[in-house]
Amino acid sequence: MPEQLFQFLVTGVTVGSLYALVGLGFALIYNASDVVNFAQGEFVMLGAMTAIGLVTAGWPLVLAAIVATLLTVLVGLLLERFAIEPAWGASVVATIIITIGAAIFLRGVALLLWGKDFHALPSFSGDAPIHLGSATLLPQSLWVLGGAVLLVTWVHLFLNHTLMGKALLACSFNRAAAQLVGINVKVMLRLAYGLSAGLGAIAGILIAPITFSSYEAGIMLGLKGFSAAIIGGIGNPMGAVAGGLLLGVMEALGAGFISSGYKDAIAFLFVLMVLFFEPTGLFGHKVAERV
Amino acid sequence: MRLVGFYIFAAMAALLPVLFPDNYFVIVIGASAGLHVILAVGLNLLMGYAGQISLGHAAFFGMGAYASAILTTRFDWPGLLAMAAGLLVAGVIAWLFARPILRLRSHYLAMATLGFGIIIHVIMVQAMQWTGGPDGLAGIPPLNLLGWTVEGDEQWYGVIAAAMLLTIWLSLNIVDSRMGRALRAVRGSEFAAQMMGVDTASAKTQVFVISALFAAFAGSLFAHQQAFVSPDSFNLMVSVELVTMVVLGGMASTFGAACGAIALTLLHQGLVVFEDYEMLIHGGLLMAVMIFMPQGLFVGLSQGVRRGWTAFRAVKSAVKKCVEPVGK
Repeated sequence: MPEQLFQFLVTGVTVGSLYALVGLGFALIYNASDVVNFAQGEFVMLGAMTAIGLVTAGWPLVLAAIVATLLTVLVGLLLERFAIEPAWGASVVATIIITIGAAIFLRGVALLLWGKDFHALPSFSGDAPIHLGSATLLPQSLWVLGGAVLLVTWVHLFLNHTLMGKALLACSFNRAAAQLVGINVKVMLRLAYGLSAGLGAIAGILIAPITFSSYEAGIMLGLKGFSAAIIGGIGNPMGAVAGGLLLGVMEALGAGFISSGYKDAIAFLFVLMVLFFEPTGLFGHKVAERV
Repeated sequence: MRLVGFYIFAAMAALLPVLFPDNYFVIVIGASAGLHVILAVGLNLLMGYAGQISLGHAAFFGMGAYASAILTTRFDWPGLLAMAAGLLVAGVIAWLFARPILRLRSHYLAMATLGFGIIIHVIMVQAMQWTGGPDGLAGIPPLNLLGWTVEGDEQWYGVIAAAMLLTIWLSLNIVDSRMGRALRAVRGSEFAAQMMGVDTASAKTQVFVISALFAAFAGSLFAHQQAFVSPDSFNLMVSVELVTMVVLGGMASTFGAACGAIALTLLHQGLVVFEDYEMLIHGGLLMAVMIFMPQGLFVGLSQGVRRGWTAFRAVKSAVKKCVEPVGK
């Protein structure tokens, strides 16, 4: 039992760090624009699929990963410019449908480009499992964990210790006030979309050797990332990271001890339980409604 | 006067098979559109009038369908009794779920309803011994209505059209009742509604249960009509489609929701010919409509027509003013 538990925790943290990265992207976009971007999972899929496509075409892995990330960032910027900016001030439901529409559109593009087959990247550093006490770990999991730690630390430092990051945070507190002190809110908006598209793409590339990717792979990932952001209290970047890890661990434990078929149901049941007891997430600040 | 739209709709539903006799396409798509209208009209009560979002409504649709499917095939219940059981199950679950979930706001509510829909879908796929798993359940017997067995596409069109008109009529009456006014007050401002003495929690619970019942009713009809159910008909994308129907038609209008349901049904039929491009076009259209007509297709179009008319009148009177002095 304890050795199993350790194995499940290792798996959970690996998957959880992927959810954390997607959730972090959700939080960044929500902070900047009050929009929950349901196309976030599609960034992950696009990053993974583009990298796989380029590697299959004979490109070296590093170059393929960089180009795939940049292309996904471009897609994020285009999404912001042509779908979010024109709908500025639309209702919550309208923005949800716009981003869901964008997600379906991107899925459609991926279907045309890569078909319905599943694809995978070769592992970055071999497939020999590493033994950690009683648990085994794929080398690729270390890449995912390391990548997640690096990216989260970088985003944290960026938000709290650079002028641009502080400006981005300022926009999330009060957009009008941010504009008044000379922050270009539009540029910040694009920065948020580009950044979270990039985060999603890198997460997708890191996980691509472990989980196979297809044009539909973004759906569940996006929803889990959204769950991570909600558990953490939406708009709280580090809360989303904690929420993602928590969700990954709960899911792995549920899959291991209860039933792997009910894995997703257990994950969402956990989200519901959190919301029933903490309606604004675990680390969300309580906002008084203005009448 | 209040029911003029209803009579027009009823006349359209009745005339369709007369105008296109023996047309398989019209009858089958008409029946499918009718089911979507029931679902959209019910969801519109929750979204359009009470201002709450549900991204998991396909779950209730599925509960009605699976209740009918399981009870009629495995326990040989008569269709109407199974339908009643499905309504009861969906209603009770909605009632239990409503209080904790409707406390949540905007994105948190979207998340909770979405999670609920996914949980129910996973159960449909996983509880093999009951639901038949991903392959679904086949061989659902035809619906028997007090001795008359509904068979064939024409008869099903008639039954679904009647059910659709019933739900539209119910919805129009609910909207104009004390409860409907309470719901609109909740949408305007929940806090103000409470100050006016509206029990907002119970108003929201009631409307959630009612829209779940509409969905379960449609589900039962769907199960009998298709004689087959599988989890694919009740997944997340179906919930999203339902929300889209309501928003597409223009929220807070029963006929808007009905028109949105018909428009989306036709769109899907139309896009089938594009095969691999279907998703691309579907996603693009969703974005375009929401960006350019956030009020919904029908409100947007009617506003456009009105604006055009006003502009035309303004131009006309301006021309008149210019011409008149010359005439004198």
